[in-house]
Amino acid sequence: MAYSNKVRSIYQETISGIRDAGIFKQERFIHSPQAADIVVEFPSGSPLKKVINMCANNYLGLSSHPDVVKAAHEGLDSRGYGMSSVRFICGTQDIHRELERKISEFLGTEETILFPSCMDANAGVFEAVLTKDDVMISDRLVHASLIDGIRLCSAVQDTFKHSDIKHLESKLQLHADKRFKLVITDGVFSMDGDTARLDEMVALCEQYDAMILVDESHSSGFIGKTGRGTHEKYNVMGKIDIITTTFGKALGGASGGCVSGRRELVEMCRQKARPYLFSNTIAPVVVAGVLKVLDILSASTDRRDKLETNTAFWRKGLTEAGFVLREGDTPIVPVMLFNAKLSQDFSRALYDEGIYAIGFFFPVVPQGAARIRTQISAGHEMHHLQKALDAFTKVGRKFDILHKTKQEITDMYGN
Amino acid sequence: MKDVVLKYVIEEYVEEGGDEVSYDTPLISGGIVDSFSMVSLKRFLENKYKISIPDDKATPEAFDTVNKICVLVNEFLK
Repeated sequence: MAYSNKVRSIYQETISGIRDAGIFKQERFIHSPQAADIVVEFPSGSPLKKVINMCANNYLGLSSHPDVVKAAHEGLDSRGYGMSSVRFICGTQDIHRELERKISEFLGTEETILFPSCMDANAGVFEAVLTKDDVMISDRLVHASLIDGIRLCSAVQDTFKHSDIKHLESKLQLHADKRFKLVITDGVFSMDGDTARLDEMVALCEQYDAMILVDESHSSGFIGKTGRGTHEKYNVMGKIDIITTTFGKALGGASGGCVSGRRELVEMCRQKARPYLFSNTIAPVVVAGVLKVLDILSASTDRRDKLETNTAFWRKGLTEAGFVLREGDTPIVPVMLFNAKLSQDFSRALYDEGIYAIGFFFPVVPQGAARIRTQISAGHEMHHLQKALDAFTKVGRKFDILHKTKQEITDMYGN
Repeated sequence: MKDVVLKYVIEEYVEEGGDEVSYDTPLISGGIVDSFSMVSLKRFLENKYKISIPDDKATPEAFDTVNKICVLVNEFLK
């Protein structure tokens, strides 16, 4: 069928509908490397502006770290730009295997397999290890990529209420007759910044003979005493059957992800996971960068410790200023505004003050739970955080939401 | 049966402070029960009423309200 005017107009109407609904996503162009200070063109065509980035997943400030950049350069020189192959044809270099070994060591797992992204890892893992005789029981707030992977799998699908251990137990009892039961959760939930209670979940899985999968994308590198992840925080290292995680956030921020865990499950992914089998190997330059990141993190916890200090400062500062926050102790700090338009206006006003932070609203978060999601980095210095705090306070005062309850804010702006 | 099913749906799917659900409230088309979670409803009914509902009968349409669910269950109770 030709791309007729009729077809074009249908798509144009759909796109207009997205705009009219106020959920059209507009990209802002960044003219600098990823860092605490970035140079932004927004709106498109506007003069460039230096702003403080408060919404990157660059938790450890390693995205543009000189040692990582240097290692990537060396990887580029010694192993080339691309491999023009999937892993199992002629796309596996020595450094791909080295990275898989080092990730296993870092996460405390038996074996690891690299994927082009964690989205791909999550898309491929379920169908590779489960069949229609099994059941997947997922937290209702898991990341979209897990939901997509679950949809692609023939096993029975069920859910439990967010972080509700009792409800999870009832589901494990309900599905007691299944061959395998796989419990699925995020380690740190990306929108609220809360953590899954893995100690209780692992105990339950042991009691009911279930496996557990944890997506550690917003945890690897900085959660836990030495940054190994949520399983370290809850003292269950070695007890998580499958960890999926990304190199696109704290671990260098470029791209790539992995499935790490029980040897046989990883081998099943190597044999059967379609995003692994039918997608290119990770570029050598990225592999070299992630290897350096792991060296840095294994040598010292300085960056993770600084992130913890920065996060505590930021949470305390915002709380004292009178904002409503989501409780927690991770570097994801949601500033609750409840109303979608207010979140957009607030974000724009912050930008005018030199702060880059994005407003999230339905359907990304539940209706009436719009927010500015701030994310703290070890790349932030105190002067960045202080300036951001001053800007938040100034804008909060402008919109008259400081020291107000949720009810008072929604009375003023709606929800 | 209606009250048993309604109670289960409310406890299982309605968040605290959520919308009121009655016998004719659209559950699936109304976004209260997602397609993932439908399976637990099916298993609950099968266990509770000692029946087996074939997958081709457990459609989103047949599960869309408490009333419709009871019609379906009654079909297999006979």
